[in-house]
Amino acid sequence: MTPAIEITGLKKRFGSLQALSGIDLTIERGEFFGLLGPNGAGKSTLINLLAGLLRPDHGFLRILGHDVVRQYRSARLSLGVVPQEIVYDPFFTVRETLLIQSGYYGLRRNHHWINTLLERLDLTDKADVNMRALSGGMKRRVLVAQALVHRPEVIVLDEPTAGVDVELRQTLWAFIQSLNSQGHTIVLTTHYLEEAQEFCQRIAMLKQGQIVALDTTKSLLASFEHRELKVTLNSFELPDALRPMLRQSIGATHILDLPSLAGLEEILAIIRQSGALIEDLSLSEPDLEDIFVSIMNEQVLE
Amino acid sequence: MTGFLTLLYKELLRFWKVSFQTVLAPVLTALLYLLIFSYVLSRRVEVYPGVSYTAFLIPGLVMMSMLQNAFANSSSSLIQSKVTGNIVFVLLPPLSAGEFFGAYLVASIVRGFSVGLGVLLVAQFYASTPPIHIIWALLFGFFGCGILGCLGIIAGIWAEKFDQLAAFQNFIVVPLSFLSGVFYSIHALPPFWREMSHFNPFFYMIDGFRYGFFGLSDVAPQLSLIIVAASFAGLSALTIGLIHRGYKLRG
Repeated sequence: MTPAIEITGLKKRFGSLQALSGIDLTIERGEFFGLLGPNGAGKSTLINLLAGLLRPDHGFLRILGHDVVRQYRSARLSLGVVPQEIVYDPFFTVRETLLIQSGYYGLRRNHHWINTLLERLDLTDKADVNMRALSGGMKRRVLVAQALVHRPEVIVLDEPTAGVDVELRQTLWAFIQSLNSQGHTIVLTTHYLEEAQEFCQRIAMLKQGQIVALDTTKSLLASFEHRELKVTLNSFELPDALRPMLRQSIGATHILDLPSLAGLEEILAIIRQSGALIEDLSLSEPDLEDIFVSIMNEQVLE
Repeated sequence: MTGFLTLLYKELLRFWKVSFQTVLAPVLTALLYLLIFSYVLSRRVEVYPGVSYTAFLIPGLVMMSMLQNAFANSSSSLIQSKVTGNIVFVLLPPLSAGEFFGAYLVASIVRGFSVGLGVLLVAQFYASTPPIHIIWALLFGFFGCGILGCLGIIAGIWAEKFDQLAAFQNFIVVPLSFLSGVFYSIHALPPFWREMSHFNPFFYMIDGFRYGFFGLSDVAPQLSLIIVAASFAGLSALTIGLIHRGYKLRG
């Protein structure tokens, strides 16, 4: 089957800044895919290229097999993008906004789906309110609805939950997950790594315009062995041999850096030899944030 | 087709929702010109035999208002969308360059004609000026608004800030329209300036439009029509090309 998104040899430069330097990426249909990276890594550039808001210098982007430049009509019909910035047209109400957006995609009678969108995004009682009068969170919901008026098979969310309250975040994720379970491909960029960890099956990490990690969320987490060991002893003294690993001490509780699980046995042996008794012990679970920080701190090798 | 019609509908609604500012205000401005110039000059100037200065002035003012408002419509809509960022709503959908161009153009022409009709109707209280050759007047009105609609699209795409657009308007559109023979016949000018007027495309729009009202003009209306129609065709091709290439819209 044609992949949802296919990117080959993609390069984009803005003046002296190489925003993307050779991206190859395939996202299969039905995936929930995360695109992570610090500010300026090229996430938004990549999304804007997919959306046709920018033109590539080199390489191709295809959505369901349609080239985004040459077959822009079919490509754009298959794609819904929720932009990062909150933008709106102050001349119109919520419903007018959604009807007009439907028309741009060639849809004349879209009332039924628009009502469904309003309902799922908790906007029904705001339908006839002017966009200007909505709060930031409400405007964000309208942006989500606008991206979905044409029921696109591929949905891209560019930091959809930035500055959004908890309630909306939950409403939004429930809706996005139900779309994903119906077969829609979801691509997400976010700064909230716990969101990516919770929802994304696969993750690409971008740094300085390159993909520096690409794997399933599961194997990324598994491959990352770095842990923290929190140990409480019956004396304040930590054996000298463990001093180099010490990160922090609070009374008799010491937090030790554990580069890999293999080192655990040796630490326990040193504690036993010193004669101290372990009163409490816990091992941190790896999370995406640790992986993210460690990958971002590595040098990109040219 | 639905995409084009929707964008057109949105553009019409945009200016219609604020018609006090987009239609009534320019009608009032034109009337003030008419009031002042006709009061000061009507007894001293007769441009064409048998045509009072007030009557002479009306078609020029109508056309000037049409041209300036056609320009204002497409240019201000685009710059507002760009500055507020909601231009993405029309860049994300599968609209072709032709649909995009057509919608902004037609909205500009409709705005131009709405203002022009308003000025013409109210001006009838001062002097009755029924057009003799209405088809000629409509043709020049259409091509004139079309040309300024194109220029408005180009300026709106090109400008990054409101003051760049204001510069385009104040340093190009307003001088060319004021110096095109709205308030005078170019035959009243010294030879040098008369010759220079022939390089002003606005002159042919106004002169041809006025022919539609009086059957009298400074140059042959056929020549004016060819120049105006050719300018419109050339500018349309240029504008569609810019939109197609994504000039300043898709970096």
